[in-house]
Amino acid sequence: MKAIGIILAGGNSEMRMGELTAYRAAAAMPVGASYRAIDFPLSSMTASGIGKIAVITQYNSRSLHDHLVSSKWWDLGRKKGGLFVLSPYTSKDNSSWFRGTADSIYQNISFLERSNEPYVAISSGDAVYKMNYKDIIAYHKEKGADITIVYKRMDRSVLYKYGVMQMDEDGRIFDFEEKPLDPQSDCASLGVYIIGRELLIDLLENAESEGRYDLVRDIIVRLRRRLKIYGYEFNGYWSSVGSGTEDYYRTNMDFLNKDIRDMFTKQAPYIDTKPKDEPPVKYNINAEVSDSVIGSGAIINGKVDHSVIFRRVFVGDRAVIKNSILMEGCYIGDDCVIENAILDKNVTVTAGKKVSGADGAPFVLSKNTVI
Amino acid sequence: MERKEIMALLLAGGQGSRLGILTKNTAKPAVRYGGKYRFIDFPLSNCINSGIDTVGVLTQYQPLMLNQHIGIGIPWDLDRKNGGVTILAPHVKGGEEMGDWFMGTANAIYHNLEYIDRYDPEYVLILSGDHIYKMDYSKMLEFHKANNCTATIAVLEVPIEEASRFGIMNTLDDDKIYEFEEKPKNPKSNLASMGIYIFTWKKLRQALIDDNKIHANSDFGMHIIPKMLADGETLYAYRFEGYWKDVGTIESYWQANMELIKTVPEFNFYDNFWKIYTNTDNQPPQYVAAGAKLKQSIASEGCEIYGEVYSSVLGPDVTVEEGAVVRDSIIMENTVIKKGAVINRCIIDRNTTVGEGAELGCGENVPNEDKPNIYNTGITVAGENTVIPSEVKIGKNCVIYGHTSKEDYADGVLESGKTLMREGVKL
Repeated sequence: MKAIGIILAGGNSEMRMGELTAYRAAAAMPVGASYRAIDFPLSSMTASGIGKIAVITQYNSRSLHDHLVSSKWWDLGRKKGGLFVLSPYTSKDNSSWFRGTADSIYQNISFLERSNEPYVAISSGDAVYKMNYKDIIAYHKEKGADITIVYKRMDRSVLYKYGVMQMDEDGRIFDFEEKPLDPQSDCASLGVYIIGRELLIDLLENAESEGRYDLVRDIIVRLRRRLKIYGYEFNGYWSSVGSGTEDYYRTNMDFLNKDIRDMFTKQAPYIDTKPKDEPPVKYNINAEVSDSVIGSGAIINGKVDHSVIFRRVFVGDRAVIKNSILMEGCYIGDDCVIENAILDKNVTVTAGKKVSGADGAPFVLSKNTVI
Repeated sequence: MERKEIMALLLAGGQGSRLGILTKNTAKPAVRYGGKYRFIDFPLSNCINSGIDTVGVLTQYQPLMLNQHIGIGIPWDLDRKNGGVTILAPHVKGGEEMGDWFMGTANAIYHNLEYIDRYDPEYVLILSGDHIYKMDYSKMLEFHKANNCTATIAVLEVPIEEASRFGIMNTLDDDKIYEFEEKPKNPKSNLASMGIYIFTWKKLRQALIDDNKIHANSDFGMHIIPKMLADGETLYAYRFEGYWKDVGTIESYWQANMELIKTVPEFNFYDNFWKIYTNTDNQPPQYVAAGAKLKQSIASEGCEIYGEVYSSVLGPDVTVEEGAVVRDSIIMENTVIKKGAVINRCIIDRNTTVGEGAELGCGENVPNEDKPNIYNTGITVAGENTVIPSEVKIGKNCVIYGHTSKEDYADGVLESGKTLMREGVKL
């Protein structure tokens, strides 16, 4: 393959997601009963033939390291290329944290220098999608672009969260505004870029020498007219789990939609994740499950409706789970009621308790809580 | 090559002919169990959980599925620089015109002396891929060492009235074996051999070389063990207590699967520190639709359930469409049960399609006409890659295999006890 990959998984969205990312990177957020967010960009890249990928981490990177401890599940346990998990480190010349996305790559610039692939594919680590990078690189070459930015047309009401770009008829970007109040188009950047490797090295070195550290603000926006930056439209499913609790909730609930679920789970290329070797799900005699996705190793005795149940969750007798997300290892005792809630990993709800949030504003219980 | 104190040899070449159509294209150790597992996952997982990281898997009959499943051993952490899993197939040796098949259990090991010698082990563990159990082989090894044994044979206490179906160890008070009897008419003990042996390698090595001069079909139970006893070697029976299931027949296979759906099954899959590992392509969640019913059942990754499933075991990626009803059945990987189909007490192998409104397992319990000793307890079996057309009725103890169409069913019916084999399997 002619490209190497970089996944920016250093982001922390604690301000937006509260308890859920208090102890984990947004890229490590559990998604769809079986996965973590980073599995999606990672699997997209490997399925596109990218065999050398750096994951750049910073905040709460433990859970991410734990997930990526062996690279073989993504076929990245290689002598040639493979998976590089890069965290901030101190050296003679430098002892700072990553000061921005560009800085996080710059501080690991040897990853770029020690490659000979002509292109670099960059993605955020906390988006749920499936993309074929081969197509984007082919487009990038065809246009003779310096940078290609993948965008999706989105509803105006959400554009304030994104970088919004304006393009000419050929697809060349002439303006790019970060999180605009009055968006001039509906084309939202997905934080997925193709860029020449040597060009990226130059741009990072220049930015750094001027004390600029952000990939979007200091490179793309600043050089939007000087460089040939093209937009590539993506029509598929795309959802960020790092942009807020409601988005996280909705992304998980999207797995109840057959088309979306099938796209990720039934159609090759599949989304790879670290195997947990859980046994099949056990539905006992009084189990009543409807419109729910369930991860392996769960044991269901009670009632589950319109919910996402992760691995190894136990639901007791006569318990009722509705419109909720129960992460790995949750234990729900007999006669409990859980409604409109997100239960982080290993939450225990003892018999007869009720946990309930409002429709559209799920109640969040943080990791290891016992009620 | 670094020395190994102990290594395992797993005899996986058997056909398991009493499993009928399920082993037509697959060696018995590769047959699915408990939805997502295969028989061989149990001894392989036991090995790694017991700290044994060098395992030779001896294949012979239909090895393709086994080879693919085992690969380089990643799911069991048996991908090692030193040791790990090695598939050992019959082969032609230098200077021979023709190679030799593995003719017996001990003969199979004899053909692989070179492989074992590379690791120069102190002890070897002999296993088969036919049983469902969790066992800590390291405890058995301690026992073997403590008693200074030449061989230790794992045994299970069986009801004395059933003892005549097994290889029985007759022992002294301290479990030292003085006699081995294969299927004795009048059993003196109820200690049945589980086909799990630990040998001191030096002793076994010599015994294999000696015995293969006499018996071309050299066998542990028939030749090696009796010879060692006759020579006055020290052999002990190691008592195993716990769940152990022989899954050699259609009925016992079905029963063993059905034990897993009890509210508290005897075999605990949910053990964090003695996991059973298997090779799964990917780990998608499963989906249960509004209106679906799924009770007293287990279901594996990627299942999509729209219909009703009662008291059944579902493998990975099984689809049960709206209005379909599955009862008391085992449905394997990637099989689709179409709208309105009704399945009662069936085993349906992987990649099979059951057409809309088809009804399986109805009618009277008549033993299968071709193979009455295999299919006789009412269970109808459909082989892998089979197509069953819509709206047909299929009786009990039937066998269906291949791409069948409506014309194959007179008046749309396959009577109980009939076999329907068609070429041209669905791919």
